Amino acid sequence: MTDNSNATASPQGARQSEESAITRFFRATEVDTRMLGMLGALMLIWIMFHLFSDGRFLTPRNLWNLSVQTSSVAIMSTGMVLIIVTRHIDLSVGSILGFVAMIMGVTQTSFLPDLLGLGSPVTWVITLSVGIVVGALIGAIHGYVIAYLAVPAFIVTLGGLLVWRGAAWWVTSGQTVAPMDATFRLMGGGPYGSIGAFWSWVVAAVACIGILLMIVTTRRNRKRFNFPLRPLWAELTLVVVGCGAVLSAVAVANNYPWPKGIVKRYATANNIEVPDGGLFIAHGIAIPVLIAIAVGIIMTFIATRTRFGRYVFAMGGNPEAAELAGINTRWVTMKIFILMGILCAIAGAISTARLNASTNAQGTLDELLVIAAAVIGGTSLGGGIGTIVGAMIGAVVMQSLQSGMVLLGVDAPFQNVVVGIVLVLAVWLDGLYRRRSV
Amino acid sequence: MQEQTTTDNNTQAAPKVVEMTDCSISFGGIHAVDHASLDLHKGEVVALLGHNGAGKSTFIKLLSGAYKRDSGTIRIRGEEATINNPRDAKAYGIETIYQTLALADNVDTAANLYLGRELRTAWGTLDDVAMEAQAREVMGRLNPRFQRFKEPVKALSGGQRQSVAIARAILFNAQILIMDEPTAALGPQETAQVGELIKQLKNDGISIFLISHDIEDVFDLADRVAVMKNGQMVGTAPVDAVTKDEVLGMIILGKCPPGATPGPGAMDE
Repeated sequence: MTDNSNATASPQGARQSEESAITRFFRATEVDTRMLGMLGALMLIWIMFHLFSDGRFLTPRNLWNLSVQTSSVAIMSTGMVLIIVTRHIDLSVGSILGFVAMIMGVTQTSFLPDLLGLGSPVTWVITLSVGIVVGALIGAIHGYVIAYLAVPAFIVTLGGLLVWRGAAWWVTSGQTVAPMDATFRLMGGGPYGSIGAFWSWVVAAVACIGILLMIVTTRRNRKRFNFPLRPLWAELTLVVVGCGAVLSAVAVANNYPWPKGIVKRYATANNIEVPDGGLFIAHGIAIPVLIAIAVGIIMTFIATRTRFGRYVFAMGGNPEAAELAGINTRWVTMKIFILMGILCAIAGAISTARLNASTNAQGTLDELLVIAAAVIGGTSLGGGIGTIVGAMIGAVVMQSLQSGMVLLGVDAPFQNVVVGIVLVLAVWLDGLYRRRSV
Repeated sequence: MQEQTTTDNNTQAAPKVVEMTDCSISFGGIHAVDHASLDLHKGEVVALLGHNGAGKSTFIKLLSGAYKRDSGTIRIRGEEATINNPRDAKAYGIETIYQTLALADNVDTAANLYLGRELRTAWGTLDDVAMEAQAREVMGRLNPRFQRFKEPVKALSGGQRQSVAIARAILFNAQILIMDEPTAALGPQETAQVGELIKQLKNDGISIFLISHDIEDVFDLADRVAVMKNGQMVGTAPVDAVTKDEVLGMIILGKCPPGATPGPGAMDE
C-alpha cells in the first residue's frame, strides 16, 4: 500500500494481514463484489450463447441490437428500483407505456401536422413533452392514492394495469397509429438513429474523462477530511478498467456497419461513389442507448447524491424512522411514482420510435420484465436495498437471455420457462450471498 | 407544589420550557392518555415512570410529534405550540431518542445523524464528506472507540446503535430532550456512560424527559419524578421529597405519598 492516512488506525489491523490477495484487492478498490458477480454471470451467459449459436452471439451486430432492445426496459427499471426500495411495487408500467405511446402517436400524427405542418423539426420535442407530462400525471394519480389515501401500491397499480391498457385502446378505438415523425423516429435507433463512429468516439472520450475526474474528486474530498484513501494502484486499476470497458463498447458499436441497401440509398442521396468493396459506414452508439445511459446517470445521481434519494433509501430501511426523522414520507412516495411515470413515457417514446407505430398492445407484460430486471439487479423486495446500475445490468441479463434464445431457435413458450427459472434462481443466489456477507 | 428547600435542586425556580395541559389521545376507544398534564423547567430532568402500557411513551410522543393529540394544549417556552408531526417538534428544539431508536438500518451512521436535515453543497447535492466529518467528531466525543462509519447501522452493536441515536439528538442543539428508555439496550458500563451524558447535558441547560419503567435506572439522575398509570397522571414529586418505595407505591398502586402532588390518576384514600 502506498497511502496510509492517519485515520486508518483500525482495530482490525491484525486480521487484515491474514487476508488473501483477492480479499485485499476487493477491499482496496472498494468494488461491490455482488455487482462483479452479476457481471460475471452476464459474461457466462454471453459466452454460452456464443458457443451454442456457432459464434453468432458475440458479434457487433447482435450486441448492438441487444443494446437497443434493452433500452426501454432498462430505463423503466431505474424507476422501479426506487419503488421497490420503498417497499412498493408498480404493476402498471407496461400499461402506462402503452397509453402514453398512444397519446404520443396521436399527438404527432393527428394534431401537430395540422398545427405545424408535416415534418416540423419541433414535432418530436412537443410530442415527447406531451408524453412526459401525461406520464407524470398518471404517476401522480397513482402516487397520490398510494401515499395519501393509503391504498396498497399493489392494488393501485393492478388497477392501473387494467385502466391504462383499456385507455390505450380507447384513444384510437384500437387502431394502430403510424407512421411516426421522421425526427421522432431517431429515438428508436436504426442506422439513422445512431450517432456514427466519430461522435461515438467523442462520447467515449468524454466518458473516460468523466471517470478520471470522478476518481480524482473523490480522492481530493477524502484527503480534505483525512479519510482513509484507496491505494494509488487501486485507483489506477479502476480508471483503466472503466475506460477500457467504455472504449471496447464503443469499438463494438463502431464495428457494426450499415446494411448495404441503406448505404446505397444514402450514397445516391448524397452523391457518394460506392467503391467496389462496399462502403463501410459504422452505426456507432444508438440514440436510445445514449438516452438510457443518460437516464441511468441521472437516476444514479438522484438516488445517491440528492436528499430525495437519501430519503427513498431511509424510508425503505425503516419507514417509521424516516417519518420520525421529520421526512415528509407521503410526498416522497408520490414523487417516486411521478418519476416512474416520466420514465415510462421516455421508454414509450423509444419503443414507439423503434416500432414506427403505436399499438394498443405496446408494452404488454413489460411490467414483469422491469420488475425482474430490478430484482435480478439486486433490488431487495424487503426494501432499502438496490442500485440503479444493478437494475440496468439486470435488464441486459433479461434481454440477453431472450435474444440469445431467439438466436438459438428456442420455442417461444420454452423461452418463458427459462426466463422464469432464471429469475427465481437469481433471487435465491442473491439471498444466499447476502446472508453470508452480513 | 411544595417550596424548594434544597440547594442543588433549584431548577423549579427556572422558567418552564414545556407545559403540557390536559392532553388526551385514544386509539379506537382506548384512552391511552387521559387528561394528563406535565411541566418541564429549564435545565431540569424529569423522570416519567410507569408500568409497561401505562401510557408514558404515548404521552411523550404527543410532544415529539409522533402522535397528534385529540385534546389538550402544549406550551413551549410560554407560547402555545402547534405540534402535528415530528418536523414541527424539531422546529421547537425538541429532540427525541425513541425506545426503538428509530434508525434507518440500511444507511450508515452519518446518513442517520443527518436524516431529514442533510448538509448540502453549493450545488444542492448531499455533502456526504462534510456529514461524515461531523459524524466522526460527535461520535468521537460520545464513543471514542467507534470506527465503523462506512457500515450500515444494522451491522452495529446495541450500544453503538444507541450512541448513534443519542448523537443524532444532541447534534442539532436540542433544548428539550426526550429519552425513551435510553438504557434499555445497554450494559452496566454503557448505562453509566449515558448517566454521565445526561448530567453533562443538564449542566448545559438542556431540559430532559427521561422515560423508564424501571425506577432504578433514573431515580438518581432525575430532579423530579412523574408517575403514570392506566393513561392517567398519578402525581409528580421532587426526588428528595419521596423515597424509592413511595414512588414504587405510586407506580404499582397509584397511591400518592405526602411529598407528591397528586394528579387525576391518584388513588382515592
